[in-house]
Amino acid sequence: MKRYSAFAIAREATRYHSGWERAWRAPEPKTKYDAIIIGAGGHGLATAYYLGKNFGITNVAIIEKGWLGGGNTGRNTTIIRSNYLQDPSAAIYEKSRFLYETMSQDLNYNVMFSPRGVIMLAQTHHEVRGYQRTAHANALQGVPTEWINPQRVKELCPIINLEGPRYPVLGGLWQARGGTARHDAVAWGYARACSDMGMDVIQQCEVTNIRREGGKVVGVDTTKGAIDCDKLGIVVAGHSGDLANMAGFRLPLESVALQALVSEPIKPAMDVVIMANTVHGYLSQSDKGEMVIGGGTDGYNNYTQRGSFHHVEETVRALNETFPMLSRLKMLRQWGGIVDVTGDRSPILSKTPVDGVFINCGWGTGGFKAIPGSGWAMAELMAKGHSPLTDEFGMERFIEGRFIDESVAAGVAH
Amino acid sequence: MSTRLATGGRLLNKSKALSFSFNGTTLKGFEGDTLASALLANDRVLMGRSFKYHRPRGVVASGSEEPNGLVQMGEGGKFEPNQRVTTTELFEGLKAKSQNHWPSLEYDVGALNAKLSRFMPAGFYYKMFIHPRSFWKHVYEPIIRHAAGLGAAPKATDRDADTYEHFYAFCDVLVIGGGVAGLQAAKAAAASGAKVIVAEQTAHLGGRAVVDGGTIDGQTAEDFVTAITAELEAMDNVTIRTRMMGAGVYDHGYVLGYERLKDHAPEMAGPRHRLWRIRAAQTITATGAIERPLSFAGNDIPGVMLASAIRDYVVNYGVSSGDRTVVVTNNDDAYRTAIALKHAGLDVPAIIDARPAGDDSDLIARAKALGIRVMMGHGIATVQGGKRVTGVEICAQAGEGAVLEEIACDAVAMSGGWSPVVHLWSHCGGKLTWDESQASFRPDPNRPPLGDKGQGFVSVAGAANGETTLAAILADATDCGKEAAKAAGFKAKATKAPVAEDAVERALLPVWLMPQGAGYKLRSKAWLDYQNDVKVSDVQLAAQEGFTSVEHAKRYTTLGMATDQGKLSNINGLAILSDSLNQPIPQTGTTTFRPPYTPISMGSIGGEARGDVFQPIRRTPMYDWHEANGADWEPVGQWRRPYAYVQSGETVHDAVMRETKNTRENLGLLDASTLGKIIVKGPDAGKFLDMLYTNMMSTLKVGKCRYGLMCSENGFLIDDGVVARIDDETFLCHTTTGGAETIHGHMEEWLQTEWWDWNVYVANVTEQYAQVAVVGPKARKALEALGGMDLSADAFGFMEWQDGSLGGFDVRAYRISFSGELSYEIAVPASQGQAFWDALMAVGADLGVMPYGTECLHILRAEKGFIMIGDETDGTVIPQDLGLNWAISKKKTDFLGKRAQQREHMVSDQRWKLVGLETIDKSTLPDGAYAVGEGTNANGQRVMIGRVTSSYHSPNLERGIAMGLVLHGPDRMGEVITFPGTDGKDYEAKIVSPVFYDPEGEKPNV
Amino acid sequence: MLILNCPCCGVTAEETEFHAGGEAHLKRFGPDSSNEDFENYMFMRQNPKGVHLERWRHNNGCGKWFHAARCTMTLEVFGTYSAQTYEPPKEICDLISAKRPGWSWGAFS
Repeated sequence: MKRYSAFAIAREATRYHSGWERAWRAPEPKTKYDAIIIGAGGHGLATAYYLGKNFGITNVAIIEKGWLGGGNTGRNTTIIRSNYLQDPSAAIYEKSRFLYETMSQDLNYNVMFSPRGVIMLAQTHHEVRGYQRTAHANALQGVPTEWINPQRVKELCPIINLEGPRYPVLGGLWQARGGTARHDAVAWGYARACSDMGMDVIQQCEVTNIRREGGKVVGVDTTKGAIDCDKLGIVVAGHSGDLANMAGFRLPLESVALQALVSEPIKPAMDVVIMANTVHGYLSQSDKGEMVIGGGTDGYNNYTQRGSFHHVEETVRALNETFPMLSRLKMLRQWGGIVDVTGDRSPILSKTPVDGVFINCGWGTGGFKAIPGSGWAMAELMAKGHSPLTDEFGMERFIEGRFIDESVAAGVAH
Repeated sequence: MSTRLATGGRLLNKSKALSFSFNGTTLKGFEGDTLASALLANDRVLMGRSFKYHRPRGVVASGSEEPNGLVQMGEGGKFEPNQRVTTTELFEGLKAKSQNHWPSLEYDVGALNAKLSRFMPAGFYYKMFIHPRSFWKHVYEPIIRHAAGLGAAPKATDRDADTYEHFYAFCDVLVIGGGVAGLQAAKAAAASGAKVIVAEQTAHLGGRAVVDGGTIDGQTAEDFVTAITAELEAMDNVTIRTRMMGAGVYDHGYVLGYERLKDHAPEMAGPRHRLWRIRAAQTITATGAIERPLSFAGNDIPGVMLASAIRDYVVNYGVSSGDRTVVVTNNDDAYRTAIALKHAGLDVPAIIDARPAGDDSDLIARAKALGIRVMMGHGIATVQGGKRVTGVEICAQAGEGAVLEEIACDAVAMSGGWSPVVHLWSHCGGKLTWDESQASFRPDPNRPPLGDKGQGFVSVAGAANGETTLAAILADATDCGKEAAKAAGFKAKATKAPVAEDAVERALLPVWLMPQGAGYKLRSKAWLDYQNDVKVSDVQLAAQEGFTSVEHAKRYTTLGMATDQGKLSNINGLAILSDSLNQPIPQTGTTTFRPPYTPISMGSIGGEARGDVFQPIRRTPMYDWHEANGADWEPVGQWRRPYAYVQSGETVHDAVMRETKNTRENLGLLDASTLGKIIVKGPDAGKFLDMLYTNMMSTLKVGKCRYGLMCSENGFLIDDGVVARIDDETFLCHTTTGGAETIHGHMEEWLQTEWWDWNVYVANVTEQYAQVAVVGPKARKALEALGGMDLSADAFGFMEWQDGSLGGFDVRAYRISFSGELSYEIAVPASQGQAFWDALMAVGADLGVMPYGTECLHILRAEKGFIMIGDETDGTVIPQDLGLNWAISKKKTDFLGKRAQQREHMVSDQRWKLVGLETIDKSTLPDGAYAVGEGTNANGQRVMIGRVTSSYHSPNLERGIAMGLVLHGPDRMGEVITFPGTDGKDYEAKIVSPVFYDPEGEKPNV
Repeated sequence: MLILNCPCCGVTAEETEFHAGGEAHLKRFGPDSSNEDFENYMFMRQNPKGVHLERWRHNNGCGKWFHAARCTMTLEVFGTYSAQTYEPPKEICDLISAKRPGWSWGAFS
């Protein structure tokens, strides 16, 4: 792999950029791999990357029905934070946030991780207490967060209206090292690195069957033929139910639409990410200058990647109140994704009833921020059979009644 | 230069001159101008700077597809960036400023980027700015952010000075687009009697036909439009709205209309924008087509414009875009521009036509007859000029760009053919098909967006459907209108398509690069996306690097991601991508079309709901009294409750302390009206409540009250409250304030969907009653002073309720206590609430009465160790955690949550249990703090063994008190555990009983 | 933005009048059930790409719960029916079979 750098660009500029090679190869599938990952989104690619990097397992294929990074990886609002309440969540999201810090250097690909800071606004006394609780937990979990007063919120985000007529800002939970990254670049960077390790990223290849023998996985059938494997990771977000069916087990999941929108680009107006859970909206400004806006999920099962406009109205209305200048901007584009939500709204990273099959799903609305941590943990689970980061996220927790419920502090977990 | 012509300008009112300013210079235009036409009329061709390279940018189009002409307008609360000059109607006093440059539009430092453009190909930022790590946040990103963005941000201190509103509309057939196709389709649909709405995004009906000529039923297109408009306006079942764009098509026939009511007249009264939520049985998109640019070097230099736009400016606004205009084309339509320019007395030195020489069509012959030089088989090698076109270099289209000739000119009119506007068709899943003859995607009628019954609910008429001749457009529109009316359930009337005549055109030749063999140097100057600075070479680089899916190429190059969303660039870009990949264009496909069609204001999306009416406020009957008596409000759901009543000279904390002491010593009044009150009635009411509550409710005696716990089916505690048995078949269930609606819903759900054969009726009567808690040692005295009931301990025992009369008010009194004091909760009809409150305040005056708020309520209950839903519970706590086993029936075989509570983790001895916590030094524990055990867990996190769930300073005990959940807590009484604070200090607390005050419970039993 | 018809009050209305309530025809398992049965009842969901039988409440209208048969891929609503039933009515099953041959939902098809 040719390394990317300013010097490489200067060199290529002299020869009209004719020397740039493919960012990732476009191979045909081999007949057998040590491990196959189904799903070349951020989580799947990261899983493969850490299988190679941390465990030396490089005879790996990442199989993708569409185009790599084409699902939720490329359609989220790119928020990265780890100020979660419960121990297992804080552990995996902080691992993830930590890995984001050096991702550009690790991958030799600028993913534009921007640790600009994240504020979770508190607009009711209940929220104040919830976030103070989270701040205490975070301190013990090794997640640096801080409770800040309204004046500090205003200093960090001058466009905020502290004195909203309904829900005045009472303070916030501040994670200075949270932020955003360029979502597509995360998938592309991992794909390039995986390809460079000799792994095969196989796009436009749909899995049609998961072959088992004696309770153990032996391979998959795909639209590009049968491929054998010893281990199989299913990392397909909203499509997990289909794949689980093929492998013969069920999941505690429902798939719903989550919508987002951006404004037209403007000059820098906001240097932090703000999440306002009472009024249900979140906001940041991309490097291009667009105000990036997200809200809640639609209530019904939906695979269309479209949502209902009244959710957009509710979100925009709430944010217009909280950030009055938004009212004079225009919505450029709205879109939707399919999020898979579990019974406790926390993810599943787990062994399955089928020996050799592992599943990573259920990230709901919070998947992007977890990509590197999830990949790291999933790789360890697949390579070693367990990982301290995934132990609490097993599927068996639903039968045991051992939930990881993040909604207790913040109402919703994005 | 561009200038105003002496003649022409069908949309202008030349008797009304308007004065406006651009970058501080005062200029003149006419009523009927757009800002674009008025600027061109004043020779202001340079209007902005591009996003990435800060290249000079002039207007290229005449409609909503314009990528370059973006300005900021207005001041203060009316400031708005990124307004499109082509869709901004001129008004007196308009002030516009160009964007994205420093220090000025003419001399922009950022234009240095253009010089460095070889070092900034597609995706360059993924490949650099990687080291050193800290530089991205502190150096690179701020520079990039500052250079990016377009218009300035509105000021944080300015509130939007305009208002917005939402409309609902219902119709049988919605027609989007008021060109001849839209009007004809509307007429055909309306003839059936169907209710029709026509929405046209501009201020004028008629679309392109009125500019392009042709005859319809023997009239000019203009006369046809006038006649059909009059016809439609005369019909009761037709509504025509101009300045209203079809913004988005959503599932089940929901269409968003965006009406710009006064952007053209900001001083007019009323809302600025109106968002229409239209439900239409059938929607017809007659949205026309958009002309494509051609990709040749220098095609972004100001003065290079779409041929149709140049024609529009001449015909509609009497504006010439240049004195000498070279036309470059791959189709016949651009000849109309040349002819129009000639007719306007302007010079057209040449028409450069990429198509090989062949038979002259009508238009070619007419151009030649006007003396215009036509160069078939040629193309533009490069455009000369910097901030303005000065000439073009001509080459053979088939070659690599060797210059054959230079032609001096100050404008270039280009046409690469037309692409149907398929956005609205596509928003909700309508599929496209590739039309080889027009080299464009058109709607596939066999794969429309599907409605609630699986029916297609969008159809397409006219040019938007890929039709190109007037005759075909009108025939298509007529059919489409009739079919839509039929699909909406009406009987279509025979409506004849008008007979149209227009020129017979020679076929278009797809040209995606000019010349076809252009080398890198030309390709790297051939723009695809003008605003985002994406060139042919960038898309080719993306393909070379493996970004072969159209979504990858788009995201890698940012093609089509600018504020015009690629209306001009998409087809050209994916043709280049397809060519690079050696695959046909339909195999490459398009990116997804997403709403809105053009950007719509956030203000309009919010609508009327802002400020005080942002969300409804729920007020108790005593709300005004609280407000007048110092209430510090706390939002609780949509209610507002007094947190405390602050007297002059007090802090909120002082007030809470005062109220808490006074209630224990004298008399406190709490407005408890927000507590949920749900009537459960019927022969099976007891059985039903036995399933709902963990306790046995069916055995409750009439006249008695019982505290009950409610769990979800998943086992967790969700609500609590006092249940009163009113009669044999009637219970009144109190819920928490936040629980009233959800618990009522919960009851309905189980009754309707699981136990539907049980005879039970439930009603939420929360708002029917005002309820006052009369609390404290003097509570009985106060009520006795009102008179009317025997309130003695013998006549009215603890946990009993009675109907009666107090001070002349009909009341239902409950002797219950959430404070550990002698306490009555008195419910009166809501309309009597304030009067009753006044009466209590009057009789309490001598008894030291004080109202108290929610925080005092919290402290009083915490002093007694009573749990609070939302404090001691958080959705993960079961009653067993809280030592509430006494409230869980052992006799019942089933209740909601019982099975769940049998699961392994629910019966584990590792669950944290409720205890009281006392600091050694009487200080108050930090709320939400966690207690630590030994060491760390497998993920390096400190081991936690408990947490504070409630913590207060108790003025009655003069110390901090807290409740918490602690591992093995009830077995560890007296043990001291450590709570690290977020302030770096460790807080030590002793595990004690959670009942701090009056542990024997003597106070209420008097 | 869906349109649904409430079979209880007969009103056809916008989605904003309704509240989605998840999968329909779940069989409740109580205190004597096995761990697996209880887990299935509480958490396991069919979540199909296609025909979905689901619960809705007309919460800003008549307040009644009802069931809908809807396609999660196209959002087509095949019909709504009473919540007081253990299976979808035959006419709705027949309609679905006509439009989605071979469909199944647990024991129904």
